[in-house]
Amino acid sequence: MNEISNKWIGRNTIRPDGAEKVTGRAAYAADTNMPGMIWGKVLRSPHPHARIRGIDTSKAEALPGVKAVVTSQDFVDFPADKPVPLGIQDMRWMSRNMLAREKALFHGHPVAAVAAVDERTAAEACALIEVDYEVLPFAIEIDDAIAPDAPILHDFVQFDGKPSNIAGKLEHKLGDVDAGFAEADVVIERSFTTRPVHQGYIEPHACLVSVEPDGKTTVWSSSQGQFMVRAMTAFLTGIPQSKIRAIPAEIGGGFGGKTICYLEPVAAILARKSGKPVKMVMSREEVMRATGPTSGSKSTVKIGAKKDGTITAAQGVWYLQAGCLPGSPIRGAAGCAFAPYDIKNVYALGYDVVSNRSKVAAYRAPGAPIGAYAAECVLDEVAEAIGMDPLAFRLKNAAREGTKLAYGPVLPRIGYAETIEAAQKHPHYAVPLGKFQGRGVASGYWFNAGGESSAQVNITEDGNVVVTTGHPDIGGSRASIANITAELLGIDYNRVSVLIGDTATIGYSNLTGGSRVLFASAMVVTESTEKVIEQLKGRAAQIWGIAPDQVVWENGEARPIGEHSGNFPSMTLAELGAKANATGGPIGSGTQSNTIGAEGGFATHVVDVEVDVDLGIVRVLRYTSFQDVGRAIHPAYVEGQMQGGAAQGIGWALNEEYIYDKKGRVDNPGFLDYRMPVCSDLPMLDAVMIEVPNPKHPQGIRGVGEVPLVPPLAAISNAVYRALGKRFYSLPMSPPKVLEALDMPMAAE
Amino acid sequence: MAKTHVSTTINGDPREFLCDPADSLLDVLRGPLGLTGAKEGCGSGDCGACSVTLDGRLVCACLVLAVEAEGHEIQTIEGMATGDHLHPLQQKFLEMAALQCGICTPGVLVAAKSLLERNPDPSETEVRYWLAGNLCRCTGYDKIVRAVMETAADMREAAR
Repeated sequence: MNEISNKWIGRNTIRPDGAEKVTGRAAYAADTNMPGMIWGKVLRSPHPHARIRGIDTSKAEALPGVKAVVTSQDFVDFPADKPVPLGIQDMRWMSRNMLAREKALFHGHPVAAVAAVDERTAAEACALIEVDYEVLPFAIEIDDAIAPDAPILHDFVQFDGKPSNIAGKLEHKLGDVDAGFAEADVVIERSFTTRPVHQGYIEPHACLVSVEPDGKTTVWSSSQGQFMVRAMTAFLTGIPQSKIRAIPAEIGGGFGGKTICYLEPVAAILARKSGKPVKMVMSREEVMRATGPTSGSKSTVKIGAKKDGTITAAQGVWYLQAGCLPGSPIRGAAGCAFAPYDIKNVYALGYDVVSNRSKVAAYRAPGAPIGAYAAECVLDEVAEAIGMDPLAFRLKNAAREGTKLAYGPVLPRIGYAETIEAAQKHPHYAVPLGKFQGRGVASGYWFNAGGESSAQVNITEDGNVVVTTGHPDIGGSRASIANITAELLGIDYNRVSVLIGDTATIGYSNLTGGSRVLFASAMVVTESTEKVIEQLKGRAAQIWGIAPDQVVWENGEARPIGEHSGNFPSMTLAELGAKANATGGPIGSGTQSNTIGAEGGFATHVVDVEVDVDLGIVRVLRYTSFQDVGRAIHPAYVEGQMQGGAAQGIGWALNEEYIYDKKGRVDNPGFLDYRMPVCSDLPMLDAVMIEVPNPKHPQGIRGVGEVPLVPPLAAISNAVYRALGKRFYSLPMSPPKVLEALDMPMAAE
Repeated sequence: MAKTHVSTTINGDPREFLCDPADSLLDVLRGPLGLTGAKEGCGSGDCGACSVTLDGRLVCACLVLAVEAEGHEIQTIEGMATGDHLHPLQQKFLEMAALQCGICTPGVLVAAKSLLERNPDPSETEVRYWLAGNLCRCTGYDKIVRAVMETAADMREAAR
C-alpha cells in the first residue's frame, strides 16, 4: 500500500460532474437527439407463454411514416444448445430476451419492433403487426414451475435427465454438516419466501443509434458498461466490434439492472434498415414488465449451535427465479449467506428455476440479500434459543483472517468483527424501546470484484491533469478518482479533470458492477499516475542535466536531491508541462490491466421499527449501518452507498413486490402500485464507516456499493419479531400481511 | 392533426411553440424547446423527475398538457442558476453529496426551491412530506433532506 498523506484522499470534494448535474445540463440516455432521427417502438407479447407460428408485418410496413420493421429473423440466430458466454451472460439467452424467437416467454416479451417518423406512428404500426400465437399454459411462481405437471418452458433444459424448469444448480460443501448438527445443542430449521423486486432506477432504458452507409455504428445509451453495449450489440447484430462506437451517456441509476442491454441491438438494426438514426425510450410500464427484476425465492435454512454459542453446522437450500431464461444469482445466495461466519460444516445448495416472467437482471449484490435473509433470521432464532445477545452470538462466530469459506477462499485481513463491535458500542444499541417497537440486527457479505480496467492520465500543456477511465460513473466515482490523482501528484484537486471515455477513446473496461469500479480504476489510475511522475522526474533531470534518480517528486514539484540538493530551484507541474515538447514530447501514460485482489466486504446493520397495529404499517424509526469500507476515498459518497442500500433494503423488506394477475400479467407495473420508499417513509440513515484497508490495494480500497443491501431484509424481519413477538417468514412485510398476521380484518372489507 | 400554437413564458423569457393536443408540457419542454433538464421517469406523476413550476405552483410536467401552458409562466431547472451563480440549493447539494446518479436531482431541486419559497424554516418532517413526490433510488434521501435544511438555514441567515 502507498503511504498516504490524506490531503485529498478522505476529503468530501465536489464531484467533477457536479455542476452539470444540478443545472439539468448533464446528458442522460434520453437527452440526445440527431438530425433526421426517427423513433423505434417494441411490440410486446400479450401472452405469458405462446409459440410464435408466424409474424406478418406487411400492414405495419405499409403504414405511411414507417421506415423499418424487424423481428428475430433480422438478428444473429444462436442455437439453444450451444453456449455463447459473454461475462456472466449467455448470448443464447440475451438474444431471446431482446426479441422472442421460438416462443414468447412472458407477458411483455418483445416480439417485433418498428421505426417510424414519430413515436405515435411507431406505436400505431406495432398494433398492425399480426402475430400468430399458439397460446400455451404458463407457470409464474416457483412451486408452479417445479410441479410434476408444470408447463415446460424450454425443451432443451434438462434436470435429472428429464425436461424441467430447473435450469441449473450450484453446491458449496465444507466439512460434514450431519456430524455438525449432531454436535449441536440447538438446531433450528425454517423456510422462507421473498418476492421479485425491481432495481427501480428512475431513468428508463433509452438509446440513440446511428448507422452510416459504410456500416459505422454509433450508440449513445446509458448503461453500466459501454464495452458491454458494444460487445452485446456486436454479438446480437453481427456488426463487428471495430465498427461500433458505444458512447456512455450519464446513467440515471442501474443497481445491476443496466449490466445488460435490451434496446441498442434492436435500434442498430432498425437504423441500418431505415438508413436513419433511431431513438428508443422505454416507458416505465415497459421497464417494470420487461426488464430486471431480481429473483423471487424460496429457501430453507438450518443452523445448529452449542449452548456456549459456537455454531456447529449450517445448511441452506435456495430456489431462485431466473425469469423466462436461465441464469439466476444462486451463486450470491449460496455463496454469501454463511460467509460472515467461521463455521466448520456448511452445505449450501441453489437451484435456478425458469418460469414465465421477465428474465432477472443483476440487482446490487445479486442473490446475497436473499441468502442472508434466511440465514440471518435463523441465526437470530438460534441466538434467542441459547439465550445470547444476537450481536454477541455473531461476534463469537465471526469470520476473521484465516477463516475458510464454504465457497472456497481463505479470508485475508477483514474488518467484520469490527463492525459488530462498533454496533455493540454504538448508542443506538442501548436506546430503550416502547410498545410495538423492536430492534433487529443482521450482518452481510458480498464478494466484490476486480477485473479489466483501463486509464489514461495526461498532463496538459498548462500543467493540469486529464484522467480518462472506462467506467460509467453511477454514484460519484469521478470524484474519488480525482481525489486519488490529486493526492498522488501532490496538486490541488481542482486541477484534475476526470472523464469517462467511450469505446473508441479508452481501453477495454469491464462493467460498473460488482462493487469493482473504484477498486479497479484506482489501481490503473495509480499505476498511470506513477508512470507520469517518473516521466516528470526524468524531464526535470534532463533540464538540470542530472541523473533521474537524483530527482524526487514532492508536493506537486520536482526537486533535486543528493549532491544536487539545492542546486536548482524546484520545477512545478506547470513549468514541466510548458516545457514538455522541448524535453521529449507530450507527458502522459496509460494502463490496461486485469485487476486482482478485490477482497470481500462485510457489514452489520441495526434497525428499530414500530408496528402500527391498526394499519399494519411497519415504520423504521432508526437505522444504523456499520461497514468495513477499506478506505473511504470520498467519505460522503461511501456513506451514500450505505444509505442507499439500506433504503432499498427497507423497500424490499416492507413493501416492494411484483404482483401478478391470474392471466400471468404484472398487475403493478408503475411507481404508484410498486411502492418504493419515498422521502416521508424513512428516517435519517446513519452510516458508520470502519476502515480496515484492503492489503491488496494501493489505497486499501474495498468495494462498498453492494454489501449495504445484504443485511437489511433480515435486520428488519428480526426487528419486527421483537416488536410483535411474532416472526414473519416471507417478504414483504406489507400492511395486508402484517394485519393478517395480527389476526385483524382489513379495514373496509 | 393540426398543431396548436401556444405562447408562454419559460424561465422569464417569452417562448412560443406548436404542439399536438395530446402532447404533455414535458414532451414540449424536452422536445421542441430543448430543455432536457426535466426528466421522464414514469410519465404518470409518480416520480417527480419532471417537476417544474407553473405560475409558481409545483407540478409534474408530464401531467400538464402542453396547451395548458398558454399565457402561463413556467420555471424549470434550467432557470434556477443565475448566470454562472448556482442557486444556494444547487451549491449545497454539491457540497453535501446529495446526489449520486443525478437523474432525480433537477426535479428534487425544483421541488425544494418551491418549498423554501413557501416555508423558509421547514422541519425535517415538512421537508420529507414536501419531497415525498420526488423518488430517489440512490441516496435514501438522507443527504437530500440535510442539504435542504442546511440551505434553508443559510438563506435565513443571509436574509437577516
